[in-house]
Amino acid sequence: MSIQIRNISKRFGDFQALDDVSVEVEGGSLTALLGPSGSGKSTLLRIVAGLEWPDGGDILLAGEDATTLAPQRRGVGFVFQHYAAFKHMTVRDNIAFGLRVRKRPRDEIRARVADLLALVQLEGFGDRYPAQLSGGQRQRMALARALAPEPKVLLLDEPFGALDARVRGELRRWLRRLHDETHTTTVFVTHDQEEAMEVADNVVVMNRGRVEQAATPAELYDAPANEFVMSFVGHAMRLGDSWVRPHDLEVVLDADESTREALVERVVNLGFEVRAELVSGEGERFNAQLTRDEAERLELERGQIVFVRPVRETVFG
Amino acid sequence: MPRRASRYGLRIVALGYLLVVLIAPLTMVFWRAFDKGADHLWHSLSDPNTVHAFKLTLIIAAIAVPLNTIFGIVCGLAIVRQRFPGAGIVNAIVDLPLAISPVVVGLSLFLLFGRTGWFGPWFQQHGIQMLFALPSMVIATIFVSLPFVAREVVPTLREIGDEQEQAARTLGAGEWTTFWRITLPAIRWAVIYGVVLTTARCLGEYGAVAVVSGHIEGQTETATLRVQDAYENFDLPGAYGISLVLAVLSVLVLVAMTLLKPKESSR
Repeated sequence: MSIQIRNISKRFGDFQALDDVSVEVEGGSLTALLGPSGSGKSTLLRIVAGLEWPDGGDILLAGEDATTLAPQRRGVGFVFQHYAAFKHMTVRDNIAFGLRVRKRPRDEIRARVADLLALVQLEGFGDRYPAQLSGGQRQRMALARALAPEPKVLLLDEPFGALDARVRGELRRWLRRLHDETHTTTVFVTHDQEEAMEVADNVVVMNRGRVEQAATPAELYDAPANEFVMSFVGHAMRLGDSWVRPHDLEVVLDADESTREALVERVVNLGFEVRAELVSGEGERFNAQLTRDEAERLELERGQIVFVRPVRETVFG
Repeated sequence: MPRRASRYGLRIVALGYLLVVLIAPLTMVFWRAFDKGADHLWHSLSDPNTVHAFKLTLIIAAIAVPLNTIFGIVCGLAIVRQRFPGAGIVNAIVDLPLAISPVVVGLSLFLLFGRTGWFGPWFQQHGIQMLFALPSMVIATIFVSLPFVAREVVPTLREIGDEQEQAARTLGAGEWTTFWRITLPAIRWAVIYGVVLTTARCLGEYGAVAVVSGHIEGQTETATLRVQDAYENFDLPGAYGISLVLAVLSVLVLVAMTLLKPKESSR
């Protein structure tokens, strides 16, 4: 089911959370809303779910106007950052909730819950209470609960934000596999650009209540629309009038007309890669990312004078 | 050593205070009620006017407690969930009965429903006896026992937040289903605790009811008023007997709650 977000505005007191935002989400796609905190991404997701009312603009679900539809009539599944588990119910009852509300037959509910427990790898945990689960297990339960009524759209608000790095990585890959199997239109909110790039087909970059760019991960990285996207998606530094990424800087020992002089402040060994922290003659600080072999060949060390040549640079008008 | 001494010191102070202020008077009542033997106690308790007084107290509680429970929950939801302008004022007003002396409450009801009061003439025209009758006694009891459910429910609602309710909505539950299946189970211990406190307050109410009831023996006399009556008529064993039953009722309510309540850690 496609989602069309048209000219949505939302204000909380003096704070303009969303300012004339329009986004198209294709049916069956996996889209990330990416932005720093306060960029309005969560508010936008909550407006799509009907948990928040926009001050202006329209929400269309599958081409139908849903702007004033109550959340329970939108056919969306929602996953909260802090799980929102029903604490007084077992895992099984949590997952069955959406089906019981719809008064589905008992046998059908039992079978569907068993399937979902298997899908989220929580077989054997059905009779536990949410308090007896780990964070990752709770979030998988919340996902199964949201999926139970077979929503046409799955919305996830910073779903992995409260989890530790390892569990977060597992759940990301799991979400991607789930989407590849079910093809449910999915939108998730994240402030982690790596997460957005790794999981999503399309990324909508937001900042200060506006959309900066909506594109595929590769397009965002290679053809950022503006300085904000350039610096927020991946690492980028300003060098004179242009922007350059650390791996697009070549470090050499001999100067020519295309190089600039820099002093090595620090050499950081990151395992496979080496990061050279440099400072130019004008006092600009920037980094160059090299392979280990390159760094060894140059015999980089602190206090050394080197010359850098941008292989690829971007100038915004 | 000093830490241990201070620990025991705290316990002795706390238990000593309880002993002097709570346990000793209750024990005294118990002791004196049986002073002239169980037969005499039973005789004075089975007096028709005393039996009527207990019935009246229970009837008033049976009306006031459910009404205040519903009001307390609705009020708590309105204050915490609706965030309407003036919610803070409502929150403060709910506490008013705790601050106002029951006698003042009784007097203001007296003025309200009296011959020249705002509502008095209207009820008189429609042939409804408010003062010196059950209606005003119920209203007085509702007033003084109003805050307890709301006071328990408001902080619990704040603590649980509204994410579970939002989740229920996105899963297809309407407002009514969400309330019964999600909100009420989540606040149930607060509600039960509030009901217990409300019940205890209703059973023990004296001041406001004393003003509006008119103390008519066998008609508008509640158990607490009966205690006063017996005491003034030098029927001390009778007064102690009724007090004993009231105290036992309150203790039973508290015990029932303690048994129902899950251990603190699993809340």
